[in-house]
Amino acid sequence: MITLSHIEKTYEGPDGGVAALKDVSLTVAKGEIFGIIGLSGAGKSTLVRCINLLERPTKGSVVVDGLDMTSLSAAELREARKSIGMIFQHFNLLSSATVYDNVAFPLRLSGMDEDKIRAKVEPLLSLVSLDDKANQYPAQLSGGQKQRVGIARALASEPKVLLCDEATSALDPQTTKAILELIRDINQKLGLTVVIITHEMQVIKDICDKVAVIENGVITESGRVIDVFTDPQRPMTKEFISVLMGSGLPPDLQNAPISAEPIPGGRLLVRLTFVGSSAGEPVISTLIRKYDVEADILYGNIDSIKDTPYGRMLIGLSGTADAVENALSFLREKDLRIEVIGYVA
Amino acid sequence: MSPDVFSLLMKALGETVAMVVVSMVAATAIGVPLGVLLVTTAKGGVLACPVLNRAVAAVVNAIRSIPFIILMVAIIPFTRLVAGTSIGTTAAMVPLTLASIPFIGRQVETSLREVPYGIIEAALAMGATPMQIIWRVYLPEALPSIVAQLTTVVIALVGESAMAGAIGGGGLGDLAIRYGYQRFRPEIMLATVIVLIALVQLVQFAGNALAKKLNKKEM
Ligand SMILES: Nc1ncnc2c1ncn2[C@@H]1O[C@H](COP(=O)(O)OP(=O)(O)OP(=O)(O)O)[C@@H](O)[C@H]1O
Ligand SMILES: [Mg+2]
Repeated sequence: MITLSHIEKTYEGPDGGVAALKDVSLTVAKGEIFGIIGLSGAGKSTLVRCINLLERPTKGSVVVDGLDMTSLSAAELREARKSIGMIFQHFNLLSSATVYDNVAFPLRLSGMDEDKIRAKVEPLLSLVSLDDKANQYPAQLSGGQKQRVGIARALASEPKVLLCDEATSALDPQTTKAILELIRDINQKLGLTVVIITHEMQVIKDICDKVAVIENGVITESGRVIDVFTDPQRPMTKEFISVLMGSGLPPDLQNAPISAEPIPGGRLLVRLTFVGSSAGEPVISTLIRKYDVEADILYGNIDSIKDTPYGRMLIGLSGTADAVENALSFLREKDLRIEVIGYVA
Repeated sequence: MSPDVFSLLMKALGETVAMVVVSMVAATAIGVPLGVLLVTTAKGGVLACPVLNRAVAAVVNAIRSIPFIILMVAIIPFTRLVAGTSIGTTAAMVPLTLASIPFIGRQVETSLREVPYGIIEAALAMGATPMQIIWRVYLPEALPSIVAQLTTVVIALVGESAMAGAIGGGGLGDLAIRYGYQRFRPEIMLATVIVLIALVQLVQFAGNALAKKLNKKEM
């Protein structure tokens, strides 16, 4: 649905250019919810704005629904933008227009007649549960309600793609959840392709199918959310995930020195991550039975990413060096992810 | 107050109001588009054209830097061309309008700049044309602020019209100078000042009320 190839974006400034995006390529499939996460200034907004050409890439191509956006004339681009909805962190509603008129705005731009507009706006207001607010002004609404208006407005022209730039960053956690649920609902009901920009891993975890991590204008990691979550490669990705889930070390081990070399009488800390069906296998009991090791379970939790269950467990293996080695090989063969942390006393 | 003073006052007030209203309408008709032009043709605007923008800004600044009393005298040939005469209430409307156009242009520019760029951007993302952005976003969003700014212009016009009166334009200024000062009738001077104060208060009050009614940002 969306293909960005080798996008570069340089902002010209008084003291040379700022390279906001460097050779960014990504593909978003139809019906997918694609998350882009990164720190402030990483280039997330620039990236998402390159999709509807609010920002014109310095180099590279942008193809949305088969249209090469950068080659369109001004009028063609305006037409193409009508099938790309966008919602914003600060909502960007017209303060002088009622909720109804805000949602009707994109339709009036296309010159639709008022009866047809009413027939479209009313169901949209129901979809976002704002029927009773139609004649209120944005100043009379809460943040969550304003974002609902933003969503209804973005959907009015029946777009194929919805771009969300930090759409929940100005909202409290509960409202965030409700808005994300609404977006997920719409994604399922309408088969809409969604791109979500955020700096919160929680948002990615709650609704995205795929994720790309952006650092200083470069995509450093991307893939299915479940894979990136359970097997992060980059330190920053790990950092994002640990903010969400904690380090996963029990309190008494958090400050303990961890050594790469075996410690006599010590334990080897290993983190196991189970994904999907393997979450149910009796790995630990087999391990203890077959190999001459002890396995203390130090920490464990079960969670789910979108609809896939996954579990994380921290075990301490102790036994002879050979036994521990064999136990590790056994674990490596299993359908799970293992991360060897090190030895503690 | 004697009846003749009262009728003098009413006639002068009528002339002042005529000068202000006509100049204001004419200057708004040109000044508002000028303000729109100043904002939209600036770098990064929806009709970006920096060369035109700089040229217009230079003309605006030039006119604004001429004191009204000098402008009025300097353009007498032009006034004669437009109004057919260079004295009287009708003639005064020409320099009053000319002086107000750049003033309104700048005031409107300020109001339009207060419209958050995010709203413009949202409209662009929805495929709005530059004209749609001007008519459906900039002007409605800035309307309360434009009304407040135009109120200031009307009040400035009341003052300038009095100046115009002093050189033969009629109106309250003329009355105050000719009767109050030259014929030494302090009661006329006082009455004129009171009428002027009342007029300005009324304009300010009406302007504030209208701006407040239009403003949906704070409810
Ligand atoms: N219009 C601009 N002119 C110049 N530099 C810009 C402009 N917009 C963004 N930048 C620069 O580009 C880089 C990326 O900015 P961008 O807004 O895309 O970051 P972001 O990831 O969205 O950050 P945040 O989370 O704070 O919104 C930053 O270094 C920023 O300073
Ligand atoms: Mg941003």
